[in-house]
Amino acid sequence: MVYTLVYENLKHRPVRTLLSALAIGLGVTMMLTLVGLGEGMMEDQAVRARGVGADLVVRAPGSSVVGMGSLSMNQNILNFVRSQPHVVMATPVGIHSTGGVSSIMGVNFDEFSAMGGGFKFREGGKFADQGEVIVDDLYAREKKLKVGSTLHTMNRDWRVSGVFASGKLGRVMIPLALLQDLASANGKITMIYVKLDDASRTQEVIDGMKKQLPEYPIYAMEELIKQFSVSNLPELKAFIGVVVALSVLFGFLVVFLAMYTAVLERTREIGILKALGAGPGYVLGILLRETVLLAAIGSMAGILMSYGTRWLIATFIPASFVQAIVYSWWPIAAAITLCSAVLGVLYPALKAAKQDALDSLSYD
Amino acid sequence: MAIIEIQNLRKTFRSGDVDVHALAGVNLQVEKGEFLAVIGKSGSGKSTLFHVLGGLTPPTSGTVKIDGKELTAMDEAGRTRLRRESVGFVFQKYNLLPTLTVRDNLEIARDISGVKGPWSEQFLDVVRILGIEGKMDRKPRQLSGGEQQRVAIARAIVNQPAILLADEPTGNLDTENSDLVLGLLKHLNKKFGQTVLMITHDPEAAAFADRTVQMRDGLLHGA
Repeated sequence: MVYTLVYENLKHRPVRTLLSALAIGLGVTMMLTLVGLGEGMMEDQAVRARGVGADLVVRAPGSSVVGMGSLSMNQNILNFVRSQPHVVMATPVGIHSTGGVSSIMGVNFDEFSAMGGGFKFREGGKFADQGEVIVDDLYAREKKLKVGSTLHTMNRDWRVSGVFASGKLGRVMIPLALLQDLASANGKITMIYVKLDDASRTQEVIDGMKKQLPEYPIYAMEELIKQFSVSNLPELKAFIGVVVALSVLFGFLVVFLAMYTAVLERTREIGILKALGAGPGYVLGILLRETVLLAAIGSMAGILMSYGTRWLIATFIPASFVQAIVYSWWPIAAAITLCSAVLGVLYPALKAAKQDALDSLSYD
Repeated sequence: MAIIEIQNLRKTFRSGDVDVHALAGVNLQVEKGEFLAVIGKSGSGKSTLFHVLGGLTPPTSGTVKIDGKELTAMDEAGRTRLRRESVGFVFQKYNLLPTLTVRDNLEIARDISGVKGPWSEQFLDVVRILGIEGKMDRKPRQLSGGEQQRVAIARAIVNQPAILLADEPTGNLDTENSDLVLGLLKHLNKKFGQTVLMITHDPEAAAFADRTVQMRDGLLHGA
């Protein structure tokens, strides 16, 4: 019977119920979107790293495992790497940040392409001269580029010569030597991708290299890909913590205001219930159930809205951000929302439970 | 056998720096199955008596026994229990829950009292007598004032309380509906032996009761 009253109360003010649920849902969406971005971008990095087709990678001393990196490694080391047993191919890559999460990648195209089994061009082909650039299809969609379009980056205009299927490490590529020149980093690279004649010997080759290059991080590609995890990004974890705290505060305030208003509005009805013999626990139970239902509707709305944010990101900024749907966070976000909602209803519910029956009945 | 026993009941309110003696030593006995009307002008203290007897406010002093339960010694939880178990209210403004249907307004009173299961034959009879059996799925706003008051009467006796307290039950009704509601209260009193204590300022309404007592300046006359 109490559930009928709870349901009817929520139904009685549909706009307020809907707005409250949506506002609660926004907190859920914030959490799911942020966690989804973290997971999605890590997954995307892993897919693109796999697309290189290498067995191992040599990175610059002191560089982060999952970071973008910079042109800081001496290119001379390339000859050493190429001379190692079982190495059939080693190709240098340069990465230069162009602001935010964007970067431009320098490659020796033929070598890089051969290692990964070739580029699949949607249109056009590889860069032919110093003023040309190739971009992946997601970047082309985000920036509305096609073959022949002009892309302005690194303080100059580039002609797009080809649009390739994404999954080849970088989204924007130019010749490595040109990148080094423009970045004033001649002779410097970011990493070296290595292909072996026998992938099962990867660890053996890494061990051999490490003896002679002890300060260089050298990873098997599969090992590196496993490192692409949100747990390896302490800054992101901290940021998620901040967003969760904001969501708790947001949910608390929304429920507090909604239920405080509801309690004021229903003063007389609370008086009627008390006249019928309802104790404080009964009144408290009604408001708590109402809040739990509101939080449940809000959580579902928040989950649905996270699909909306994923669609928006995939449609308008597919190259900059990738949002995954992280199912394991659904119950976590819902539980956090429920806790904040229950915290939010406590004061209004206690106020209602303590209300004097006679005063409430006299309320107009 | 007295179902309500009141001795030297006083209720004093503080209004600013002044003590207002709403009940100044009321004595009253109401027998089980009696229909009593308490008549008085506005400010005479009759509503305060209604609130004290219903456990809506504690008395200042004196003795009040309802169905053998001493009300004076009760705390808030005790008075809540009294309202749940022994008292049914009919208010001037009906006080139905606006979001619930007629059926659910009756059910919630049972739910609060912890009563489960189908309605008893006696209560189904009451519903028929009150003429609300065809209105069960309607919300209060879809009912006339007279119909709402009949639902309120049904709700007041759904748990078979020891006493039914009615505060100006016809105050918001026209003459036709007033006579209908009062007639129904009398009928329920006679048919089921339901004790009714009605507060009114209207002598015509009071005439429906078996006995009438007059309230003046916080005291009962003719009790």
